[in-house]
Amino acid sequence: MGNISELEVQMRPPAMNMPAYSPKAITLASGETMVVRQVAREEVPILLEAIYPLLWVERDFYDIVAARLFGELLAYKRYRAKDEYVLVGLIDGVLAGMVNGRLVDEKTGMSYHTLTIRRGLRVGSHLFAAKMEYHIEQVQQEEVLIVAESPIGFRRWMIEYPLEKRFEVQHELGGVPSWVLPKDVYYAAKPRLVSGHRPVSDELMKSAATIVLPEEETVVRQVAGEKEEQQ
Amino acid sequence: MNPVYIAGAGMTKFGRSEWPLMQLASVASLAALHHANLGDIPVDGVVVANMGAARMNRQTALGSALVDQLALYPATAESVENGPASGASAVKVGVQAIASGMADVVLVTGVERMRVVNGLEGTDFVASLSHPEAEYIYGVTLPALAGMFARLVMDKFGVERKHLAMVAIKNHDNAAKNPYAHIQQTVTMEGILTLPEAAVNNPPIAEPLHMFDCCPVSDGAASLVLVSEAVAAKLGGPRVRVAGIGQATDTHTVHEREDPTDLKSVRIAAEQAFGRAGLTPNDIDVAELHDAFTILEIAESEASGFFPRGEGHKALERGETRLDGTLPINPSGGLKAKGHPVGATGVAQLVELTWQLRGECGARQVKDANAAYACNFGGFGNNVVASILQREAS
Repeated sequence: MGNISELEVQMRPPAMNMPAYSPKAITLASGETMVVRQVAREEVPILLEAIYPLLWVERDFYDIVAARLFGELLAYKRYRAKDEYVLVGLIDGVLAGMVNGRLVDEKTGMSYHTLTIRRGLRVGSHLFAAKMEYHIEQVQQEEVLIVAESPIGFRRWMIEYPLEKRFEVQHELGGVPSWVLPKDVYYAAKPRLVSGHRPVSDELMKSAATIVLPEEETVVRQVAGEKEEQQ
Repeated sequence: MNPVYIAGAGMTKFGRSEWPLMQLASVASLAALHHANLGDIPVDGVVVANMGAARMNRQTALGSALVDQLALYPATAESVENGPASGASAVKVGVQAIASGMADVVLVTGVERMRVVNGLEGTDFVASLSHPEAEYIYGVTLPALAGMFARLVMDKFGVERKHLAMVAIKNHDNAAKNPYAHIQQTVTMEGILTLPEAAVNNPPIAEPLHMFDCCPVSDGAASLVLVSEAVAAKLGGPRVRVAGIGQATDTHTVHEREDPTDLKSVRIAAEQAFGRAGLTPNDIDVAELHDAFTILEIAESEASGFFPRGEGHKALERGETRLDGTLPINPSGGLKAKGHPVGATGVAQLVELTWQLRGECGARQVKDANAAYACNFGGFGNNVVASILQREAS
């Protein structure tokens, strides 16, 4: 924790002993390799920079996902969320997407957000799966609480896995009735939805060591589609 | 019949658009009119192709709407709805108007705005072309029909999933060279078929068809300016003639056909078009086929007469249908990657072929293209329009 004030200690949530996410590499449909790895708190500012232009993109609910994720990333950086983690997908070091969540207790995880920048290659699907893999296989939790804030998310998580209803629980994202991914459903879906290989070679890890941002214009164009610049 | 020429071709980028339906149609039309450079020659008629505006965009009478949008009064106005073959059917109507001497200049525009509804509604909308009592009520969708068709073709002729993937890879490669294409992302055999990750990257949609075997749902518009010989002579410049059009129908339900793998309507439409053009499949330099599903490109390449039945996948494997092959198929990226705004597709195929014959396709230009063929496949093969274009010395 370093040299922090007594008051700051009071404000920080208690922390569990979280294992580090074991990075993996995934070959995408394009043949490109995406490295999925955990990010450290000091890397948060560059992620904020990537998200910032999306705060005003209404398409596919990017605005609310970006805004909430922005706050969650700050909470992670400034120790204001209990046991939060953030994973990123990087293609040649360039940010393709990110996911985050937190541990509620030893048995239960809470999925927060999945945000894809490089669309059309199932990057979001891969990253969400990596998040579930972290909760169930690496932290060894029993279940993960999940909601969707966009129809795309609903199709990807609730229908594709498929998730079970846990409507008596209000999810932290807006108090929406929660859905849940139990361990057995995760393992049943794993062959269809979870992929990638480990260990990641040193060369690949080196390429993913520093997060590179796509141009702001590219980020917005990729997630929002082209408008006025059409021929 | 009087000869008919294409003086101008234009389109919007296919994809997901925020533009209203008539704005899409107008932009493509203006691009084609600009391309034709008509000057003070008036447009006599407008034909608009569309399949779903009444349902998805709550708009009808699109021909009249486009005349008004472009202030082309008192031009005649028609709307053509003929399922996924609407585009080429509309071109046929325009060609007939000029060939009969009723008009000298006809603007034909195909337009569709499908992304305004969600995927489930979009799939249901397209499925409404199937037989209402014998197919639709049982939950048939176009991917389901294509999946069953693919299974039969694979069993009968030895087509494998790798061949379907080859179509996808080729057409994504071509689309990456086409600034108007919906998907400008190349894919690899490893990424969509052979590596373990492919199971996630390319999930099943209707076995044996997977995600990358299916076209995207797109918004977009495409437009052609058809002119008489007299107007073409006045305009000068490259001359692309509509050399022949054929059209044929087949049973509404696929299961009523004696051999569902025999695309009889494609065969008959192609034979008619070649007969009217005085050409054979060997004369064709470039083709746009209706690959809403990868299997259809293979099957149509045979039924159109380019390869013997059951041999299309072998020609594909030999690289003959690549951009640098002996018969490049779908240089635009096809429906598979250029996109498939249903009512616009048949027009867009001819836009691409017009540009190819005029040598205006840049990185995806087919060398020395003189004759071109398009197959616009309606229903699940129950209404097909085949068109042949030919370049003439100006």
